Amino acid sequence: MIAYTARRLVGIVPTLFIIITAAFFVVRLAPGGPFDQERPLPPAVRANLDRAYGLDRPIAEQYGRYVWRLVQGDFGPSLKQRDYSVGELIAGGLPVSAALGTGAVLLGILLGVPLGMAAALWRGRLTDYGISGFAALSIALPSFVTGPVLALVFGLLLHWLPVAGWEEGKVRYLVLPVVTLALPVIAYVARLTRGSLLEILRANFVRTARARGLGSTRVLLRHVLRPALLPVVSYLGPATAFVITGSLVVETVFALPGTGRFLVQGALNRDYTLVMGMIVVYGVLTVLTNLAADLIYGLLDPRVRHA
Amino acid sequence: MREPGAVIAVGVVLFVAVASLLGPALSPYALDALDWKHLAAPPAFINLDWQSGHWLGTDRLGRDLLVRTFYGVRISLLVGLLATAVSLLIGIAWGAIAGYVGGRTDELMMRFVDVLYSLPYLFIVIIFSAIFGRGSLAGLFIAIGAVGWLTTARIVRGQTLTLKNREFIEAARATGASTTGILLRHVIPNLIGPVAVYATLTIPQMILFESFLSFLGVGVQEPLASLGSLINGGAQEMQSAPWMLLVPASVLVILLLAFNLIGDGLRDALDPHERF
Repeated sequence: MIAYTARRLVGIVPTLFIIITAAFFVVRLAPGGPFDQERPLPPAVRANLDRAYGLDRPIAEQYGRYVWRLVQGDFGPSLKQRDYSVGELIAGGLPVSAALGTGAVLLGILLGVPLGMAAALWRGRLTDYGISGFAALSIALPSFVTGPVLALVFGLLLHWLPVAGWEEGKVRYLVLPVVTLALPVIAYVARLTRGSLLEILRANFVRTARARGLGSTRVLLRHVLRPALLPVVSYLGPATAFVITGSLVVETVFALPGTGRFLVQGALNRDYTLVMGMIVVYGVLTVLTNLAADLIYGLLDPRVRHA
Repeated sequence: MREPGAVIAVGVVLFVAVASLLGPALSPYALDALDWKHLAAPPAFINLDWQSGHWLGTDRLGRDLLVRTFYGVRISLLVGLLATAVSLLIGIAWGAIAGYVGGRTDELMMRFVDVLYSLPYLFIVIIFSAIFGRGSLAGLFIAIGAVGWLTTARIVRGQTLTLKNREFIEAARATGASTTGILLRHVIPNLIGPVAVYATLTIPQMILFESFLSFLGVGVQEPLASLGSLINGGAQEMQSAPWMLLVPASVLVILLLAFNLIGDGLRDALDPHERF
């Protein structure tokens, strides 16, 4: 297991290297640059700026320098937000984004699994139709529709929660954003759980367990639940990717000071280092979550346990 | 009529499509016409002012919301169809080649798909469209279609693997047909069924991508309207003028639900095994 984990961790390096390289050149090949303005800068100023940030060097050399600094943990200075380094900017927004993302994934699992189980156990009854309908709707509704509508209802009409904004350490401001982001995750998890539970309830080993005289609850908890949760575990990777992109919208809707805005802003302003920093941080994050999901899968399913 | 929901959904999509094509021509207002007498007017069925001709109200600049929503629907449908076509083209070629050629090539090509799959692909779309496609619709189609092909590629590869060992393919090979010829003549035509089902499920996804990008401000640009950019504008005004949010949002939701129903209906009709 440890050897397998180590091997997988090493395997991440080339993946990340490809992502970084591809992103670097795509971002650089784009027309326009960070210092293009409506009124062009005097050539001397422009040349000085380019020199200061190393943009006057051949692209291959810039790439080499970037990767070298990155390996040392330095994302470089932001090209557009003077006086800030990319590391500082991202570190400033990351706590909010992380709280939002983990909140949404946790809520998705904690609500989605019981809902899916309920739908499977009361299959074909009102509970099942209710939950399945809710799931279909939540998957079809994009977060930039549910977000504003939730804010309209719970913020403006009922005054239960703040419409938008952020105050340090106040959970109230996170409730609506987390719920908005979690809705589709809850729905997917519920669907997956329902489907796999139904399949496993029909399996021979479940009939055997029943035949041995075990009670339904005991069969459910000891024999059915573990294999039924496997699809949910493999959904964790895609869920993280979904939550990361979804948080871009949710942070915009609820005016949260997370990292999401840096990606769009950075790409539009040609703030090369900022965009690259975001890609690297979130690339590492998704690759690591996928690995974690694989490892948990191995723990739960002895058939794929890694030598 | 085993799938009444899907049939109704087809009707809804057709109705919305025809309305969005004909509607703007029937309205006295143009997409970017400012009506200074009716700034941020509520829908006519609320303030009962049918005289103004703004059935669903206006925005802050007095532009007719119904006309702008129609234009948004046009863009959504256009993006849905074209981006799906782009993603199908890439996905079929990629999956068929990987599946048919097999071996090392297959491993490399599908590994590439896996890597892309594990990334938050909307990230890539955002970067692509912010950098290349801002304001240009063509750039938008390509950016969205270029990342939408991954699932198609997987499905096509799976189908190709099962087809590959069938007698008629072997016969074609025995008569000396080239690999390209076999792929184009024998493999791809036999894939069309499952791919068509998946394509109908891709359309709403692509519509969603476009709205998502326009919502974030990297998609369709003013004065053109997209459902996403209208929703974004409406969300900022929802305190004083909730209809600016609710009109485009409900149209988008109806469209997405209808397309999803059609896709699910088709899948159930053709493959009852996957029914949920």
